[in-house]
Amino acid sequence: MSDAITHTGDHTHGHGHDDHHGPHIKKGILPWIGRWVFTTNHKDIGTLYLWLSFLMFFVGGAMALLIRAELFKPGLQIMNPDFFNQMTTLHGLIMVFGVIMPASVGLANWLVPMMIGAPDMALPRLNNWSFWLLPFAFTILMSTLFMKGSAPNFGWTFYAPLSTSYGPPSTDFFIFSVHLMGISSIMGALNIIVTILNMRAPGMTMMKMPIFVWTWLITAFLLLAVMPVLAGAVTMVLTDRHFGTSFFNAAGGGDPLLFQHVFWFFGHPEVYILIMPAFGIISEIIPTFSRKALFGRSFMIYAIAAIAILSLIVWAHHMFTTGITLSAELFFMYATMLIAVPTGVKVFNWVSTMFQGAMTFETPMLFAVAFVILFTIGGFSGLMLSIVPADFQYQDTYFVVAHFHYVLVPGSLFALMAAVYFWLPKWTGHMYNEALGKWHFWLSVISMNVTFFPMHFLGLAGMPRRVPDYALQFADFNAIASVGAFVFGVAQLLFLANIILTIRGGKKATTKVWEGSQGLEWTVPSPAPYHTFATPPVVK
Amino acid sequence: MIDKRKNRRLGIILFSASILMFGFGFALVPLYNVLCNALGINGKTNTTPVAEAYSPIDKSRVVTVQFIATNNENLPWDFHPSETQVKVHPGENRLITYFAKNNAGKTMTIQAVPSVTPGIAAKYLRKTECFCFTQQTLMSGKSMLMPMKFHLDRDLPKNINTVTIAYTVFNTTGQTRGKSSKAGRISK
Ligand SMILES: [Cu+2]
Repeated sequence: MSDAITHTGDHTHGHGHDDHHGPHIKKGILPWIGRWVFTTNHKDIGTLYLWLSFLMFFVGGAMALLIRAELFKPGLQIMNPDFFNQMTTLHGLIMVFGVIMPASVGLANWLVPMMIGAPDMALPRLNNWSFWLLPFAFTILMSTLFMKGSAPNFGWTFYAPLSTSYGPPSTDFFIFSVHLMGISSIMGALNIIVTILNMRAPGMTMMKMPIFVWTWLITAFLLLAVMPVLAGAVTMVLTDRHFGTSFFNAAGGGDPLLFQHVFWFFGHPEVYILIMPAFGIISEIIPTFSRKALFGRSFMIYAIAAIAILSLIVWAHHMFTTGITLSAELFFMYATMLIAVPTGVKVFNWVSTMFQGAMTFETPMLFAVAFVILFTIGGFSGLMLSIVPADFQYQDTYFVVAHFHYVLVPGSLFALMAAVYFWLPKWTGHMYNEALGKWHFWLSVISMNVTFFPMHFLGLAGMPRRVPDYALQFADFNAIASVGAFVFGVAQLLFLANIILTIRGGKKATTKVWEGSQGLEWTVPSPAPYHTFATPPVVK
Repeated sequence: MIDKRKNRRLGIILFSASILMFGFGFALVPLYNVLCNALGINGKTNTTPVAEAYSPIDKSRVVTVQFIATNNENLPWDFHPSETQVKVHPGENRLITYFAKNNAGKTMTIQAVPSVTPGIAAKYLRKTECFCFTQQTLMSGKSMLMPMKFHLDRDLPKNINTVTIAYTVFNTTGQTRGKSSKAGRISK
């Protein structure tokens, strides 16, 4: 696409030098805090989202390591079962709502306006508010750890009646924090849609938009469709707990199974909300380092739209063992399998883009290639889980844990890491340390497989999920998985170090940064000025 | 130039859409019950009496109807069917009873909730009288026989030869049935 873009002039270079480093603020801690609290600049807010996500990544990661430490050998070592349950619950909630979603929104904030030639997000003040709700939401969620009784211990899916009749008192705080996260996501999604639909530079037609922008447009619509349903689900749990309703209480005429329907109506699209921005990132990175245009661009867009629509009608594949009727099982099985078709199209297009390309393997590309291979493994185990009779065996075993960690870790998370390495030079004006990046990549990719691949076998052999203790025959694979997890955790410190080093210095990045870079964000200087595209560029 | 009014308008439209979806989440509740009832899935049976069967009895078929009883959360009651299974012809009215005794040291109220297996049979199981239609109260140490009168619809699919009705009793002492309990129960 790069040849199709002409720059209208040097308006971005016309700003004063200070524009490169943010707004004019007085020296001192208070003006500094004020700048970040009141900022409405899309780049500032993107940065805030990314740092919050990174912080939560280490919090959720520490919980994962506590879980793996307990599971290192059979028996109860370092924690009681109730605390173990709190760890699995909070680990899941934090990684989903505190890490992957905020990081994706952060990237959208930084990149969407630059990619479509807009000066900022459409509703900047709303944008500030969507971010600043999150620190409160997570403070509330984390504070449940110190509450009387216990923190939420019913798993991130908070099935009724575990969260209604049996939920600890802190459940109400959990509900409130989910409400805040929901409002934040809805406002963020709304802002992204308005920005994409209303703020495109002249000549930037819908079909010319970068794939990352497309994936975010569709993700934002999914968010608007299902986050309110999650808010409804937690509200029903709240009224069942305190206001005498019986939505999920059989004694009062409700149905606990209904909870699962409402939850998974949100929950399945949610997994696409987590992965679709990753699809967009990978679709930007692979063409850049293959020095080719993306293969089958329009099919890529249709495939994403098809996945989004299908994702709304497959939720009961999480409920195959709940006694739903045979006809429903058949419908949800086939609908789920159908998703493999557009997903297959995407994988095919990524591979075809690389085919006969002049490929180089800088860190972002390494993560992207690993994404294509390992996400596909996660996709295949998903396909296995979609088969009803097979699912009767796999349900609630470590096979499921292996499956969703394969799509979330080398899937969503690797894509986010690839994105950070890919755009960091544009954000900071410095090249990151390539050697350190490669160390981070290889350690991560090896340890991640060591952690999660054995879980497939554990699950097939019958090890159940969400247990702090297990039978002796599972000991070896669990020990291996725990070792892998700790290596993975340590490897992420290299990532943190690399980012800090890059912010503080390093080789100066050029405007284009990468030889094969395509798209408007690579036409502004590095680091990107505080205000870009005040005059819209012309896209031909 | 940025058209702020246009942005705000689209923002409001999208916000209203999300409010609508919030409502849809709640609409799933009655929708679920209507669907379960209409399609006869999920083993839900009628919760208010229906008329007795008057059409001729299908003597050519014999269906075994089994009865199960479960106490929720260690409810201190004896609760079991008087006979664990009966054989009926489709279209035949039949009365069975469940025995209940309150072993707690105080008066207690219970609600029995039925579930039918296979789920599809729920649609064909018609109850003309059932102790599950209302809550039951027993004083400490007292017992009673609770009646349930039903018939199987003659259209019961041919491949179903056994129908199991499982009753679970819940302690509802001191609870008034909330508003959604009405929404949760579909009357026929
Ligand atoms: Cu799903």
